[in-house]
Amino acid sequence: MSSPATLRKTAAVTVAAKPILELRDVKISYITRAGRIDVVPALSFSLAKGEALGLVGESGCGKSTVAYAIMKYLGGAGRITNGQILFNGQDMASMSEDQLRQIRGSKLAMVYQDPMSSLNPTMRIGRQLEEVPMLHMKVGREEARQRAIRFLGEVNLPDPELIMERYPHQLSGGQQQRVVIAMALMAEPDLLVMDEPTTGLDVTVEAAVLDLVAQLRHKHDTAIIFISHNLGTVLRVCDRVGVMYFGELVEEGPIKEVFANPRHPYTRGLLDSIPTMGADKHSRRLSPIAGQVPSALARPVGCGFASRCSFCEPATCTTVPIPTIAIPGEARHQAKCVRLSELPPHRRFQVVPGEATAEIAKSGETVLGIDHLYKIYRPSGTIFDSKPAEVRALTDIELSAERGRTLAIVGESGCGKSSLAKVLTGIEVATQGKVKLIDWEIGHVPVEKRNQAQKKSIQMVFQNPDSTLNPSHTVGFAIRRALQRLRGISASQAKTQAAELLRLVNLPMEFVNRRPRQLSGGQKQRVAIARALAGDPALIIADEPVSALDVSVQAAIINLLIDLQDKRDATLVFISHDLSVVRFLADHVAVMYLGRVVEYGTVEQVYAPPYHPYTEALLSAAPVAEVGKERERIILEGTIPSATKQIPGCPFASRCPRKIGSICDDQPPPEHVTQQGHRIACHIPLGDLAKLNTRAAE
Amino acid sequence: MGAFAARRLAALIITMMVVSMLIFAAFEWTPGQVASKMLGPFATPEQVELLTEQMGLNRPAPVRYIEWVGNVLKGDLGYSTYFKTDVNNIIWDRLGNTLLLASIAFAIIVPCSIIFGVAAGMREGSKLDRTISVLSIVTTSVPEFASGVFLATIFVIILEWLPGASTLESGGDWSIASQLVLPVAVMVLFDLGYVVRMVRAAMVDVMMKPYIRTAVLKGLGFRKVVLGHALRNAMVVSLTVILLQINYLVAGVVVVETIFAYPGFGHMILESALSKDTATVEAATLIIVLIVVITQIAGDLGYMWLNPRIRFK
Amino acid sequence: MAQAEQALKVKSSGRFWRRLKLLTESPIGVAGAMLVLFWVFVAIFAPWLAPYDPNANNYEALADPLPNDMFLLGTDNQGRDILSRIIWGSRTVLIVAPVATFCAYVVGCILGLLSGYYRGWVDSVISRLADILLSFPAIVLYILIIMRLGPSAINVIVAVIFVASPQIIRIVRGITLEQRELDYVTAAKMRGESAIYIMLVEILPNTRGPLIVDSCLRMGYTTIQIGVLGFLGLGLPPPDPDWGGMVQETYSMMSTWPHMSLYPAIAISSLVVGFSLLADGLREISLRD
Ligand SMILES: Nc1ncnc2c1ncn2[C@@H]1O[C@H](COP(=O)(O)OP(=O)(O)OP(=O)(O)O)[C@@H](O)[C@H]1O
Ligand code: SF4
Ligand code: SF4
Ligand SMILES: [Mg+2]
Repeated sequence: MSSPATLRKTAAVTVAAKPILELRDVKISYITRAGRIDVVPALSFSLAKGEALGLVGESGCGKSTVAYAIMKYLGGAGRITNGQILFNGQDMASMSEDQLRQIRGSKLAMVYQDPMSSLNPTMRIGRQLEEVPMLHMKVGREEARQRAIRFLGEVNLPDPELIMERYPHQLSGGQQQRVVIAMALMAEPDLLVMDEPTTGLDVTVEAAVLDLVAQLRHKHDTAIIFISHNLGTVLRVCDRVGVMYFGELVEEGPIKEVFANPRHPYTRGLLDSIPTMGADKHSRRLSPIAGQVPSALARPVGCGFASRCSFCEPATCTTVPIPTIAIPGEARHQAKCVRLSELPPHRRFQVVPGEATAEIAKSGETVLGIDHLYKIYRPSGTIFDSKPAEVRALTDIELSAERGRTLAIVGESGCGKSSLAKVLTGIEVATQGKVKLIDWEIGHVPVEKRNQAQKKSIQMVFQNPDSTLNPSHTVGFAIRRALQRLRGISASQAKTQAAELLRLVNLPMEFVNRRPRQLSGGQKQRVAIARALAGDPALIIADEPVSALDVSVQAAIINLLIDLQDKRDATLVFISHDLSVVRFLADHVAVMYLGRVVEYGTVEQVYAPPYHPYTEALLSAAPVAEVGKERERIILEGTIPSATKQIPGCPFASRCPRKIGSICDDQPPPEHVTQQGHRIACHIPLGDLAKLNTRAAE
Repeated sequence: MGAFAARRLAALIITMMVVSMLIFAAFEWTPGQVASKMLGPFATPEQVELLTEQMGLNRPAPVRYIEWVGNVLKGDLGYSTYFKTDVNNIIWDRLGNTLLLASIAFAIIVPCSIIFGVAAGMREGSKLDRTISVLSIVTTSVPEFASGVFLATIFVIILEWLPGASTLESGGDWSIASQLVLPVAVMVLFDLGYVVRMVRAAMVDVMMKPYIRTAVLKGLGFRKVVLGHALRNAMVVSLTVILLQINYLVAGVVVVETIFAYPGFGHMILESALSKDTATVEAATLIIVLIVVITQIAGDLGYMWLNPRIRFK
Repeated sequence: MAQAEQALKVKSSGRFWRRLKLLTESPIGVAGAMLVLFWVFVAIFAPWLAPYDPNANNYEALADPLPNDMFLLGTDNQGRDILSRIIWGSRTVLIVAPVATFCAYVVGCILGLLSGYYRGWVDSVISRLADILLSFPAIVLYILIIMRLGPSAINVIVAVIFVASPQIIRIVRGITLEQRELDYVTAAKMRGESAIYIMLVEILPNTRGPLIVDSCLRMGYTTIQIGVLGFLGLGLPPPDPDWGGMVQETYSMMSTWPHMSLYPAIAISSLVVGFSLLADGLREISLRD
């Protein structure tokens, strides 16, 4: 193999200082029953003191494996089968258990994806933190405690002394992750490995944590390896980025250069599949990456990306090992592609008018009308359990959706998005108010009581690809059953129509006999969409249908939804927390907070000033994978209040950065409605809001 | 926690009421039966009828139920037709004997199960784990009467180290202590394997949790990880299982007591059941269920105490 | 519905073979399966394998019941051939235990599904009843039921149902509570499936994993219970052979003729060990796939 040699040479030339971490030809394998899988074949990179390297790539391409290999914690099945990992110049393979223990937690620390499960549930936060200095700095409990309190303050947790006495479950997700970060930083490590530290946190919380990391890393001069599947978050924290595909580093370089001028076809594919904040479905198509990561059991000779690469030339790409080539004229930027010099220059946000969805005049007929809708969960206690408090999930919701259009609902977790979906689908019934579907009033009719026509007219696509299909049933069975129930057709007819539906969602015919565990996440979502289409519904509710998918797959599903909507003139209610996806896909947008719609309007209205203060914060928090488009962030303090509380004033008052006084706490905000139908619920008049917004943007 | 205890107390009372009704319905619903059971198989129908009349057994069932419950609450457990004395005279001694056996066995089972379970579960798939697991599967799979036979063959017949019967009579060739060895051994053999496997399973589960990874990557040694981080979490899950063993030890010992002719509570239930001694069986069942329900409550309270998620809601 | 059943059958047979192949990778599971299969073989071919009539008394043997060339495992206190009785006894236990376990499963699955699916008062009633049955120690419940109904094979089965189904209800209820919240159940509701369809076709097949392991363990446990009932004199009425009963009849002669109790004790232990090892093997492979 010639590639590592090339790489090492480039590395040697450019890295002046002695690196904190250096990987040389590292090969990582898992021993499974099917045989040895070389998940990472030969990885080399180095990291200088205080530098932050982002590792990005699709799920399963080996990011976490690399992280845990660096920690030398691969579990029973994982091995480093070749190469060296040098930490501060010392080969980790030669370290004894004792030596390892001494550097773990002190020189080399880690932050994990799911902070809740990473903290010991039966131990107070204080005890968990104190352990680190007591172990590595040989100090007594009291001194350790003081240090713990200091670091809790450093990660911006209010009342550190109080937090010390808490158990993990008494903190919010964002607070927990701050505790984990404090724990990792306490012994002032040289290297911090962060594996998806903000995945699963709400956007506004994520923004705050990312800012914290960016700030602390300079303060403590800590080198960071930051792993994420989200290109936007990496851009906020890192100086350099490595793009991983199929266990290999296919492109590596200064982050701004890589994002602005990506060289490797895979990097380009990743960037192209992300909807960008100015674009919508009328201006361009998303370009997904076809196919999926192949199985590492049989690694091909040539380029690992060949099976999905649109520039692939079999003669050159699949016959010899691919070298890593330094990009001429750019320092420390390299990519692993033989055709690098032949590739056309990349133009990121190109408009392809022919392909984009034309803006067709729609009838404007209202398919769904929601009128003063309330949903209050009133759990009933029994003599054996005390009665839990009621949860006010939806308060006074007023929305409508037109035929053939998309209504998007955005907001953070717990804002009532899914409760709304449940009421629409009849899984729950409204406490008060009306839901009108076409000509029927369905708000108080549970799904069991809805008639055939009503059931047929409203179908749903769910968030989690792993639970959306019954693991015991085949794809064919799932679709045929839906066809028979919703269209009332015979078994043989259902069979031909099922084939038709599979074709419609771009799945091969053989899939009828597959079971869910034989499908990838994106394929499962396609099957779920086919199933939802079985009754040819007038209204499709999609509850976060792409948030569990990789960006490359997400793009394909979004394209599919747009196509189907065009073909069938169906109305789509699209629930999401991702503002760029919503910007791309929606016609109308409702922003929800704590069970209320705080802003509603067309996409153009909502994504331009005047903003509701919450919308403004959301927009500023959303990670953007575009160089030069990063905005000044509005960091929200505090956490979303519990939905069990009665709030007399504005629901956002406890966190609102624009709060104007006690009026916000005491009086419900008025709803300003423009002539074009843009609605904002806030005590600040629209004109003043617009002024505030533009001033912030400058 | 106070409100919880109060609610559990209410549940306990309801459970005991339903249980007493079930027992009453099962044994005393048809009045003729009680009298004929008392008189034995050679009684004439007239005699049965007369006794039924005398005992007031032909009154409506609810009336008799309330009367029975009233008596029980006053402490009058009835007359035992098998032991020919008041149930009160026999039942408490027997319970005492069984509690002696049970507490010795429990005192062995708890520490052993925790030690073996944790040792096996802390490194899943290790040699130690496999040895302990297979051994515990085998010992719990041997019925008590079979292990009684095996142990008696070795220690009583071949080695002649221990007595074959444990009647708790002192003054014979064997001390009371030596009489307790085999019954306790059989109970421990049968029960220990089960508890070990439960503790092991809890431990294996905990060792795979991300917070254990956090502890290791903090630089803590394996000992500290196991004792400081894993143990308590494994105990939260295992506590209920461990406490539930009290039920087995108090009532499930029927077989052990029968093998070794031990004058205990379980054996008493069996004898009185075989001779249709309704009053004794009823009283014994009520006591057993009460013990079970109380241990369950203790288990729940312990669980709450060990588990901060519930304690600090 | 017929179609659904067919689909289920095709699939479960596929999984069955896959599991069987996987099982060969667990030495413990293989050992267990061999023990169980050995006894199943003995039970099926009992008429050909047993050298004598299990209930025939050979009075000459009473003087010297020890094992010899004629009676390989010796004779019991009534001069009956122990080997033949053990062979025929395997039939009793291998019919009663599976039938009883199966019945307990039918009851447990139905009530567990209802309780987990409907929740509310249905759940309260079923769970409370199950809890109450669970607060009787198993052996006491057995004694009470047999005392009330009298000893017979059918009543042993009834007793097993009362003892085992509350635990099965708990397991199935737990899984159902979890599954009913999953999106595929919501999807079924939205296309208007009946509650019965959802319980039987959507949810029940997904309880299979944990239930296979549990049923195997439970079969062993039931075997122990049947033996214990026999040993306490509450099992099948004599003279037909039943392993627990064989120990009971001869236990008082332990000090003189230990073999009479020892061999049936070994027989029952080996069968239960077989079931338990098999269950452990199944559990191990179920964690893998
Ligand atoms: N313990 C294991 N045994 C066998 N294969 C494993 C094991 N852990 C991971 N793998 C495989 O190694 C490959 C890389 O996995 P890894 O978790 O490192 O990916 P990742 O990039 O972190 O993905 P994600 O974005 O989903 O976290 C995958 O194909 C995965 O299936
Ligand atoms: S080497 Fe060939 S297949 Fe691989 S990325 Fe480059 S062009 Fe595509
Ligand atoms: S009403 Fe007050 S608190 Fe609410 S959004 Fe407007 S300014 Fe903020
Ligand atoms: Mg990962």
